[in-house]
Amino acid sequence: MKSKIAIAFENCKKEKRPALITYTVAGDNTKDNSLKILNKISKHADILECGFPHNTPIADGGQIQGSSHRALKNGIKLKDVFQIVKKFKKTNPQKPLILMGYFNLIYQHGENNFINNCKKSGVDGLIIVDLPYPENKNFANKCKKKGITFVQLLSPTTSKERMIKIIRDSHEMIYYISMLSTTGGKLKVSARKILKNYNKIKRINPKKNLVIGFGITDKTISSLKSANGLVVGSMLCKIITNSVKMGQNPVTKLDKVVYNLKNKIL
Amino acid sequence: MNFKIKKGIPLIDQHDKNFMYGGKFGGNFIPETLKKPIDDLTELFSKLRKDKKFLKERDFYFKNYVGAPTPFIKLQKLTDYLGGAQIYAKVVSEANGGAHKIYNATVHCLIANKAGKKFIVGDTGAGYAGKMLSMAAKKFGLKCKIFMGAKDIKRQRPNVEAMKKNGADIVPVTTGSQTLVDAVSECMRYWVANCDTTHMCVGSTVGPNIFVKICAWSTAQISRELMIQVKEEFGKVPERIKLLNCVGGGSSAMGFWNEFMDTNAEFIGIEAGGPKNSKLHAAPLTNGSKIGILHGSAQYVIQDSEGQIGRTESISAGLDYPGISSLHCFLKDAKRAKYTSASDEEALKAYQLVSKFENISPSLEPSHAFAEAIKLAPKLKSSEVIIVNSCGDSMKDKDIIRQKLGSYVR
Repeated sequence: MKSKIAIAFENCKKEKRPALITYTVAGDNTKDNSLKILNKISKHADILECGFPHNTPIADGGQIQGSSHRALKNGIKLKDVFQIVKKFKKTNPQKPLILMGYFNLIYQHGENNFINNCKKSGVDGLIIVDLPYPENKNFANKCKKKGITFVQLLSPTTSKERMIKIIRDSHEMIYYISMLSTTGGKLKVSARKILKNYNKIKRINPKKNLVIGFGITDKTISSLKSANGLVVGSMLCKIITNSVKMGQNPVTKLDKVVYNLKNKIL
Repeated sequence: MNFKIKKGIPLIDQHDKNFMYGGKFGGNFIPETLKKPIDDLTELFSKLRKDKKFLKERDFYFKNYVGAPTPFIKLQKLTDYLGGAQIYAKVVSEANGGAHKIYNATVHCLIANKAGKKFIVGDTGAGYAGKMLSMAAKKFGLKCKIFMGAKDIKRQRPNVEAMKKNGADIVPVTTGSQTLVDAVSECMRYWVANCDTTHMCVGSTVGPNIFVKICAWSTAQISRELMIQVKEEFGKVPERIKLLNCVGGGSSAMGFWNEFMDTNAEFIGIEAGGPKNSKLHAAPLTNGSKIGILHGSAQYVIQDSEGQIGRTESISAGLDYPGISSLHCFLKDAKRAKYTSASDEEALKAYQLVSKFENISPSLEPSHAFAEAIKLAPKLKSSEVIIVNSCGDSMKDKDIIRQKLGSYVR
């Protein structure tokens, strides 16, 4: 059986456009709002990434740190994250949802317990920022057995030799980090150069769905639309921060922004 | 799981293929972007440590720049006052800059030069790691950036001034608790974004495995000197000898113990117990914290049941860290070393007593170790020996000491 993630990519290919992938943090700015946000933006986005926050994130820039901090201040726990996913899946059973976060939370929760809870709540995939290849092989296999996609990451520093190995062991989706940066950095590499690297990776195995993330905003997204998928995260976190500051409703605000993002890649 | 320390093999090399000690501590829990720079550094370091020319260079700078060997002295008045064990100190604070952090900083700058990097970036808590890195960077012609918690910038002013004087760019970290843990996080983030041009120096035996290794390999100079000094003083390593060292990240203790690993010397690490009546502390080993991942490494770490890193508190910025070196976790579980803690108050009292009787002035970090020596000595026979690593000078703590004790007298 095809995964919902694979189906989402197929549908986008039929429409000759990249998949729009959003990242928001569970519990930001409140538990309820984060669920409302997922429900709203799922009308425009093809795949949703949902962050489970950690208070010592070593690869996140200021925007995602801010969102994580807000969520943790609201008392978000992993059990709440799974609840949010479960409720979201109840109304959007076909929409793929990927959890993203740091390994210590999984380690404390217990790997098997975590994967089981993912399965039960309807999580489709996982991105673990600080569990690189090949240390992640065992965990990725456990995910696969439960039908959960483990998304491997590639970066501009990844050697070709290493890429070949990672891609060989990867599942149907791979994440390419556009540049040397934490999340939310300004795109400091030209779209042309990013796509050049992207195409190099694609040639290793054209069947894998390769998405690009880091530095993607409404300003840069259309220049990269030949990719299989594009991830927008920090920009959305920033909009939540700004709406909270201005006393606006982050749910309606984000709905509009994601709608606009989608229009830019059609 | 193998929890035996192997004899004849450096402790830093007793890891498996995943760079884990005892199958559960250490490793490289890092973002993909850092995999390549860390692999490159791992390869470069493994070559350099076998390279006679590099070792000669290291020894040259340790002797002529750091000032090796640092003194080994008997604290006769303190010994007489307490009665019991003979108390000695290895006065590492006599090293250039006033603390053991100079060893790691010097080696990292030498490595950065070999790697062709022009920029070096580091974290600091007490400010000694930052001060030394800025000194060494200046000496070796590197441009230096230091990440330091905003709280620590306030409480360790003298070291901040020194860093500025050395031309370092100090970046105040205002996230989280604004202490060492946040400085290390922010420094790692900076390295993620700049690893193509910049070398990173982690200020203690923490972080991804290669940084644990380089740091412990560098501070090992302390025990190489001490081994010679002990043999000169006693003719051999005494039957009953205890080596006491404070531990935050654990870099000075690793250096202090390394050469004595295969002897019968007893190792005692003293963590920061925090204020007497506070629930907060910085003593994950003493207080039975669970294993978790912090800054790329599996270790005992103060955290909640979810895995969020916990708050810490200590009067000494250098020990105020929720984790602890994977090497110390390994030594603890292998029962090769024992760990305990001293409170803020005990450390201050120890500082006062040592400064009163002796001609040394330990900073608040080693004062934690002296506190344990003061507790232990009277219970021991006069044939027993205690050596304390006085790894930092109190000058940086003069504001805190003045505030807590009314005056600062060296």
